[in-house]
Amino acid sequence: MVSATIDNIKIEVPENTTILDAAKKIGVRIPTLCYWKDLNDIGACRVCLVEVEGYDRLLTACNNVVEEGMVIRTDSRRAKRARKNNVQLILSQHKDECPTCVRSGNCSLQTLANTMNLEDSPFEKELPAIEKSDASFPLIRDYTKCIKCLRCIQVCDKIQHVNVWDVVNSGGNSTVDVADYYTLKESDCALCGQCITHCPVGALVERDDTEVALHAIYDENKTVVVQIAPAIRTAWGEPFGMNAEEATIERLASCLKRIGVDYVFDTNFTADLTIMEEANEFLERVKDRSASRFPMFTSCCPGWVRFIKSHYPEYVDNLSSAKSPQQMFGAVAKSYYAEILGKDPKDIFVVSIMPCLAKKHECAIPAMNDACGDPDVDVSLTTREVDRLIRMAHIDPKLLEDTPLDMPLGVGSGAGNIFGATGGVMEAALRTAYFAVTGKNPDPDAFKDVRGMDGWKEVSFDLAGTTLRIAVVNGLGNADNLLKALKHREVMYDFVEVMACPGGCVGGGGQPIHDGYSMKQERADVLYTQDKNSNLRFSHENPSIKAIYEDYLGEPLSEKSEHLLHTDHHAWKMPNED
Amino acid sequence: MSRLNIVNATKAQETVDELYQDLERRVEGSQPGLCPVDLAATFLNLCHAQSCGKCTPCRVGLGQLEKLIKKVLDGTGTDQTLHEIEKTAKSIYTSADCAIGSEAARMVLKGILGFRDDYEAHIKYGRCKGIRRQPVPCEYQCPAHVDIPGYIALVHEGRYQDACDLIRKDNPFPCVCGLICEHPCEMRCRRTMVDDAINIRGIKRFAVEHEGEIRMPKMFPKTGKKVSIVGGGPSGLTAAYYLSIMGHDVTVYEQRDKLGGMLRYGIPSYRLPREQLDAEIENLKRTGFKTVTNFSVGKDATLDEIRWRSDAVYLAIGAHTDRKIGIEGEDAEGVISAVEMLRGIGDGIIPDYTGLDVVVVGGGNVAMDVARSAVRCGAKSVKIAYRRRKIDMTALAEEVDGAVADGCEIVELNAPVRIEKTEDGKVAALWTQPQTVGEVKWGRPTPVKAGVPEMRLACNLVLVAIGQSIDSADFAEEGVPLKRDRINANDACDVTELEGVFSGGDCVSGPATVIKAIAGGKVAAANIDEFLGFDHEIKCDIEMPKIHFEDHVPCGRVNMRERPAYERIHDFCLMEQGMTEEEAHQESGRCLHCDHFGYGNFRGGRETQWSAQQ
Repeated sequence: MVSATIDNIKIEVPENTTILDAAKKIGVRIPTLCYWKDLNDIGACRVCLVEVEGYDRLLTACNNVVEEGMVIRTDSRRAKRARKNNVQLILSQHKDECPTCVRSGNCSLQTLANTMNLEDSPFEKELPAIEKSDASFPLIRDYTKCIKCLRCIQVCDKIQHVNVWDVVNSGGNSTVDVADYYTLKESDCALCGQCITHCPVGALVERDDTEVALHAIYDENKTVVVQIAPAIRTAWGEPFGMNAEEATIERLASCLKRIGVDYVFDTNFTADLTIMEEANEFLERVKDRSASRFPMFTSCCPGWVRFIKSHYPEYVDNLSSAKSPQQMFGAVAKSYYAEILGKDPKDIFVVSIMPCLAKKHECAIPAMNDACGDPDVDVSLTTREVDRLIRMAHIDPKLLEDTPLDMPLGVGSGAGNIFGATGGVMEAALRTAYFAVTGKNPDPDAFKDVRGMDGWKEVSFDLAGTTLRIAVVNGLGNADNLLKALKHREVMYDFVEVMACPGGCVGGGGQPIHDGYSMKQERADVLYTQDKNSNLRFSHENPSIKAIYEDYLGEPLSEKSEHLLHTDHHAWKMPNED
Repeated sequence: MSRLNIVNATKAQETVDELYQDLERRVEGSQPGLCPVDLAATFLNLCHAQSCGKCTPCRVGLGQLEKLIKKVLDGTGTDQTLHEIEKTAKSIYTSADCAIGSEAARMVLKGILGFRDDYEAHIKYGRCKGIRRQPVPCEYQCPAHVDIPGYIALVHEGRYQDACDLIRKDNPFPCVCGLICEHPCEMRCRRTMVDDAINIRGIKRFAVEHEGEIRMPKMFPKTGKKVSIVGGGPSGLTAAYYLSIMGHDVTVYEQRDKLGGMLRYGIPSYRLPREQLDAEIENLKRTGFKTVTNFSVGKDATLDEIRWRSDAVYLAIGAHTDRKIGIEGEDAEGVISAVEMLRGIGDGIIPDYTGLDVVVVGGGNVAMDVARSAVRCGAKSVKIAYRRRKIDMTALAEEVDGAVADGCEIVELNAPVRIEKTEDGKVAALWTQPQTVGEVKWGRPTPVKAGVPEMRLACNLVLVAIGQSIDSADFAEEGVPLKRDRINANDACDVTELEGVFSGGDCVSGPATVIKAIAGGKVAAANIDEFLGFDHEIKCDIEMPKIHFEDHVPCGRVNMRERPAYERIHDFCLMEQGMTEEEAHQESGRCLHCDHFGYGNFRGGRETQWSAQQ
């Protein structure tokens, strides 16, 4: 322990405690801007400055530790002046057109300037001539808003190992840009969107497709069908100050109906369908081990598919050929469901609500048109975009009643529900695989060892006498480590689940942003509680799943299932894929 | 009113003069990895402020030129802009009335030629070409990329053994380098911006002197692969050391009697005592490589035979052949090449020059070594004849000053024309033609024959130190590709024409520095390891001390002291004196720790493992 004084208050803290953390203990929240705990403590913004007796220069609280006998002033005039000056300098290079900024109201710079009571700035505005990156790519960078906190570089390098971003130029022209290529489109960006959720301002945003959705909604000839991904129900209400009990999927359905969509369904339904296909595909592979590639990788995360295609193309054939739940839904909506409605599938417009940017790319892959030749999914919106739609409609979701989802694609099992968290796909698949092999349902919680936020989980299960070696990774950095280990033959598995975002879709790059904090754990808890409370916990028991196989698809891996629900991962290329 | 006044500097002028000094230090401490186009615009801005304002091209043109470059920088420039820059700069160069304008424009033109691709990248993509790393300057400038901030921190904590272990991760010759390294690490030291560069070499020397027992590095299991190294100099021994640690079976072939190469046969012992050199080499040998001395590859065995015996070969034969001046009388008895003289001293044969007048020809570091050795061999007088000015000598200034302090006389601007012989064929005198300093060509003023008669420097010995060449003919016959007399290997030390053959050090670069040779050996070791199918990681797992925040209070640099000239000229004992513990502590405390502050804590911090630098 070391003892020191902060603002005349004597404290004792463990060794290596930062000044920032020590100050918190006495109720002082030293302002920060670029700082993100354990990821970015580089003191770039120079906002967390404090005065320490005996030093002429000021110290950054985020990366200097309390040392024995230090006399620290967080409220000194000198420190406050320097902080204010630095924020004014940052503002001089920030396009502060807040009313038209997507991050207004959830911007760390805006909050900081407000709390500092900044009225004006003595500095002339100095904005870069090139304003934005290519607006057609799902990830957009606004050079005029970037404050060079460098968090995007850190998360892309350290957590995701994708290394898309870097500092370019030097001196006053230094900025963040694409590292090895000149544009995002040419880069290996996985579109995980983690740089967006780590951006303190509006410098990194998703392509806003709300107008595309609204255009279809206003088109009377279109039947607009919405699917809602599992992880949305844990997060969409956060910006409205709603808790998980209030912000249900049914409440979201009410909002969407008010906005004017025709049918609201649950991606959990196609998550169950994915399980039927993927679990059976896996069992087929196990039956003939010599003809198949192991481990089999899950394919439901398009960020992961982008990553493996650009970084480990030699492993692409290990991916399950099953489409993601988003794409299965689109294919089913424009075939099976169109028949039920008696509509021309070309008049059906499928909107998906996903916690994800890569889904925007996935639904635009030309080969994803198996139902009728049109794209199976017409537009994919992030959680943040659907929240924007609600705000644009001037409705108060807190005051609405819940509306049940439409049938038959509105039924999902608890197994489909946990697709939104790391380990969920694997657990759901194992529940059904167990049934397929033994003819009996396992205890639904039999495979709960694959749950949790660890980046790389390993488990072995006995499936009717065969030991299955399972791995579950979340975050592309962990996926990279796993693939490296596989390549070096340090590990061997039968089945591996990968989700590109830390924590899985609950921590998705399209989810609501809370600066400096990831809500992945809290959101995952919601999904697991819902699964626990569900009276439908197996994908194969979903009545709508039974119906679609009986009435339309036949059985898993049937010719029709293969056509609508599976895909060739070689049908498209990443920019640098051979 | 008085007719005349004494002009006193105003407070403003005095301050500006101080700022000029600050700026000079700042330019000296300029960091690697900066955008050259941005620097060009910035230099131009300073030049513009220097304009008196009388003439159009300078007063207006420099400002417009800067605006055009800024346009390129902010990504709004086009190919036309670059054309305008070039045209305007040429026009200013040819039309400005004085140097303030024309020289500023010349700098811009130089940049357009030197980094046109960077201008073009800014135009095409709105940014610099590629990614500009902002490395830790000392670590980056060191060819072997030694973890300098790391070992300086350890020395500051009094952990000298740990410091030496850390140095050996990248450079197995800390003792040699502590004494004679040219220390390019100090060249861009950021501390220069505050007061002066850190005395890095001095700190290293101190660490080595206080290391105590030398610990063995962690050895990897035997691989069964055989590597042959041709040449037992710093480059070959470095490769041998790391490859042995990696578990390969290494044999070093050395054509002379003893190992060390130019360290022994080129550097006199008053700079690098033999006991210390021997001890350092003995330590390297503890890693288990075999040595075969008095064995000349190319003569005692063919390269093909060596290749046949090994899985990989590293050629590090150095540059050991002397060059001739090519003047009349060079065959006289008493004309000795620097290589020959220093080689003899290296083998422990100290010649007796008592009573002799000696003239050294040359202006490089070797010329100084030869001259100062001649003094120590008892010469009555030593003159150094050089065809350019003293200031143009390629030798380090401290070496030239040291030679003068030792009693050598510099005869500058005198080109040797012939050697006069006595009747019995001995040297009688060196005749020189006085020169006048002339136009600058290739960065140095050329000497021009002066309209005065030749000069006679009476002497008994002429020591020729005008450079070395590489004895590579035998290897060329066996298919080793050459570029003039140098072996043609790429930056990975790979001789791509011959599978499994690598080469580095002086025989590839031409005569250079010890640390460059060491770097070659390190690069070769890594790439040979990879060629053999391995990925051994040379690491040093020691816990590093915590870096503390400090204010930057200006403080003088501890320079190295030398034994007084009157004493040192009588022996070949070590001339330079090491730091005291007090001095080493203070000097290491001056380090700004660029690995921890500034860009260092984001990118480019300490190099904890071998990696390719950009």
